[in-house]
Amino acid sequence: MVFPPPAADVDPFFPTKALRKFLSCLTSNELPVLIDLGPVVGSNVAYFGEQLGCKIFVTDLFADLDRHMREGRIEELGDFLAKKFTQDSGSVDGILCWDFIDYLDRPAAKKLADQLTRVLRPDGALLGFFGTAPQNGHTSYNKFIVTDEGVNLRSRAYPALGKRQSSLLNRDIIKLFSGLRVSDSFLLKNNQREILFRKPVA
Amino acid sequence: MEKDIVNIGKSVVIKGELNGSEDLTIEGHVEGTIQLREHVLTIGPNGRIKAQVFAKSVIVLGEVHGNVTASDKVDIRDNGSVEGDLIAPRIAIAEGAHFKGTVDMQRKSAAPQAQAKPGAAPAAPQPQQQQAPAQPGVPQGQRVGV
Repeated sequence: MVFPPPAADVDPFFPTKALRKFLSCLTSNELPVLIDLGPVVGSNVAYFGEQLGCKIFVTDLFADLDRHMREGRIEELGDFLAKKFTQDSGSVDGILCWDFIDYLDRPAAKKLADQLTRVLRPDGALLGFFGTAPQNGHTSYNKFIVTDEGVNLRSRAYPALGKRQSSLLNRDIIKLFSGLRVSDSFLLKNNQREILFRKPVA
Repeated sequence: MEKDIVNIGKSVVIKGELNGSEDLTIEGHVEGTIQLREHVLTIGPNGRIKAQVFAKSVIVLGEVHGNVTASDKVDIRDNGSVEGDLIAPRIAIAEGAHFKGTVDMQRKSAAPQAQAKPGAAPAAPQPQQQQAPAQPGVPQGQRVGV
């Protein structure tokens, strides 16, 4: 698949409701700690780091997924994800999961979800996107670019080795993140479900 | 008056501590610690760095493995790559750049002594030793192994 050079004005653009709520959860803390599971996006780093004062962990799990695919070790990805996060339990204020879960099989997704739940602080927030449309076999990932202070997002496709797995039902998603509660859930026009999770305060 | 910019060429390999008091461009390989507290460090497209970096500004067009602390700005350009932690009040990452690590843009980074991690190079600027005569194109206070 040939991808055109990035052009901000042609990237799909969609309004997001959950991101604004995610941001308000994040900024309720001074010096919030944020984990971004996606690839680095310079404007997002400037927004979260400079404007919101976050400390950001850019982990790019999509690159790790591609590396495991390339090396023929995809069955080891779940164990890799289980050890990936070295942050202390309850030390993270927010997690941008984007649509990474869509690319994982159930066991790997569960191991990742458990780790994300562990590192999130009580009342911390996790934002995830989950595809609801049948998968078309395209192998591309999306970079999500925050625009208009979190009112809208642009998604920019880039080549990938990983494929989207079959869509998860709502109850599967809730079961996956069983240590969190769903705070808000929106079905977007692009057939993605955006879900904001919060970690219950004990 | 023309500003001095020192260049470390593609074939140069440096292991150890590199201190300087002028702007520096690295196209070669450096392992260890780089300290240009008041100056601009540019990692050129051929530059390969495995080091803790402390500078006023850092521009990355090549590869850096290690933590980068800048009192002013870190700028990772297209095709530049950093794996490590960035501490600077301003950080720019271009489309096409690679980065993995943490970003901390708190203003405290202006005080580099507070930012030195355990095991990293001493944060306080070291007095520059008089070296005579310096090799052309090589900054002061470094060990060079080609």
